[in-house]
Amino acid sequence: MKFDPKSYQTLVSRRAARSPILPNCLRAFAVGGMICALGEGLSHLYRAWGAERELSMTLVSVTLVFFAALLTGLGIFDLLAQHAGAGTLVPITGFANSVVSPAIDTKAEGLVLGVGAKIFSISGPVLLYALLSGALYGTVYYLISLFR
Amino acid sequence: MIFFDLLKAFAVGGAICVVAQLLIDLTRLTPARILVLYVSIGVLLGAVGLFEPLLRFAGCGASVPLIGFGAAVAKGVREAVDQRGAIGILSGGLSATSAGITASLLFGYLVAIVFRGGPKKM
Amino acid sequence: MQKPILFEKPIYLLSHASAVGGEEKKGPLGECFDFCDPSGRFGAKTWELAESELSRITLSLAMKKAGISHRDPDLLLAGDLQNQCVASSRAHACLGIPYLGLYGACSTSAEGLYIGASLLSASNTLHLAAVVTTSHFCAAERQFRLPLEYGGQRPPTAQWTATAGGAFLITDQIPDRPCAKIMGGMIGIPIDSGILDASNMGAAMAPAAAHTILSFFEKSRFSPSDFDFIVTGDLGYEGSEIMKGILCDNSFPLLTNHLDCGTLLYNPEIQDVHAGGSGCGCSASVLSAHFLPMLEKGAARRILFLATGALMSPSAILQGQSIVGTAPLVIFEGEETFH
Repeated sequence: MKFDPKSYQTLVSRRAARSPILPNCLRAFAVGGMICALGEGLSHLYRAWGAERELSMTLVSVTLVFFAALLTGLGIFDLLAQHAGAGTLVPITGFANSVVSPAIDTKAEGLVLGVGAKIFSISGPVLLYALLSGALYGTVYYLISLFR
Repeated sequence: MIFFDLLKAFAVGGAICVVAQLLIDLTRLTPARILVLYVSIGVLLGAVGLFEPLLRFAGCGASVPLIGFGAAVAKGVREAVDQRGAIGILSGGLSATSAGITASLLFGYLVAIVFRGGPKKM
Repeated sequence: MQKPILFEKPIYLLSHASAVGGEEKKGPLGECFDFCDPSGRFGAKTWELAESELSRITLSLAMKKAGISHRDPDLLLAGDLQNQCVASSRAHACLGIPYLGLYGACSTSAEGLYIGASLLSASNTLHLAAVVTTSHFCAAERQFRLPLEYGGQRPPTAQWTATAGGAFLITDQIPDRPCAKIMGGMIGIPIDSGILDASNMGAAMAPAAAHTILSFFEKSRFSPSDFDFIVTGDLGYEGSEIMKGILCDNSFPLLTNHLDCGTLLYNPEIQDVHAGGSGCGCSASVLSAHFLPMLEKGAARRILFLATGALMSPSAILQGQSIVGTAPLVIFEGEETFH
């Protein structure tokens, strides 16, 4: 058979149908924007109830995490995310889904080595690199502060 | 006034999501890598002081996307170092984001206990 | 050396059965399957056990159809998509039938039929063999990709692992009713075409399918027009086009009678199938529900069947190892050929 793997890989990636970029971006914009606007609305509500700005932001995160977890449990989140793409992935809802989904999925393997061990299997990298870069920044900031 | 706040949050939050969508569709970066990229950028923006103005302008449009998570880590580390010195490097990041992380874990665990995974639909 | 084999005596498909989940039932062949559980659970607690149950149900349906529940097959060849083929061995552990677990990824259906037919053909003591292959979307997704509830977007080239099973009872003794026959086959050569993208399995399997087709027609007395249909297992829309392109590059005449099980199982008008169905239950259930009945009714007289497999594991993919494709081939004929 006449076949050259190198040119084949170029051919395959060239002919592979692209995701429909414009509709994907519009949906990501609409859904992602709506989640953020919902958060903003909630933060106004919490501030009206007497929470100061910092606390209201935390409460918004917790509320959005709660709804994302619930929708994940009801099996609605993944259907929404198939259309919304980055619109549900990038807000904190995506982080919540990446914690909740392996937890539900591994229930049959037990609460310790199933749920317990796998709950960070997708969100672990996000936490790791957030904290690593935080510690790196902290080190630089501390060293600079020594010489001020 | 509230309407403009909502609009700004919508526009900025939506735009941040569109950038991620473009990265997914055009570069074939996996979502996991994009999220790692986003939190790291968030830490960087928080560190160089660019996140605060964005937060003042867009509110939840800046804090709800994962960039906000990274920026919160940076802010937590900075404040902890200011208050407690070097140990803040280790303690600041997690304490600033502990509510979100613990909420995810707690709700995740509860949802896993209550719900049973259904078959995936097309 | 790769050689097509034609058996001295044909091996008869005494009976066969298919069982599917909900999405497959909604597809164009929905009414043709013997059994469906729309929930995909098949009465089991976990998805892994559901696949096992699917394997058990499919085989018992085929046994019932053959009317041989009093007689055990002399051997059982079964395969699924789970690690170590646990779904199959668990499903058939209590039957007391000699068993071999097979793994050819999505190509296991043709692999099993060819090995089974070869064993019957080569032996004077083995007369009845059972071949069962299954795949389950949820079990496969969990093992190879991400949690089911994870919200991600599938790229357009991704395929949907079918929740489906097919079971076949094959015998070397002439049955008392019109049956399809296995005339021979050829074992495929695994081909590494350097594809790294686990969501483009059609591209990983297409070179293997093209190679098997080219090699078969070069080495056998057949030409493509001798077959009513040249059926591939689960290249899907993407892989089918790529395979035709490779055949064209090798100056092989355009296949006008090519069909792919992965493109037949779902309805792209109403279902979000992306590049089509896949999994070793995809080709097995479509073969049993669609192609074998055509041979039995005389609507087709000879079919070339290549199941296509993409061999990979999650660790291999993360390590950047490329996906190796394989495509074993089986020749089916209907009763009509004799007349």
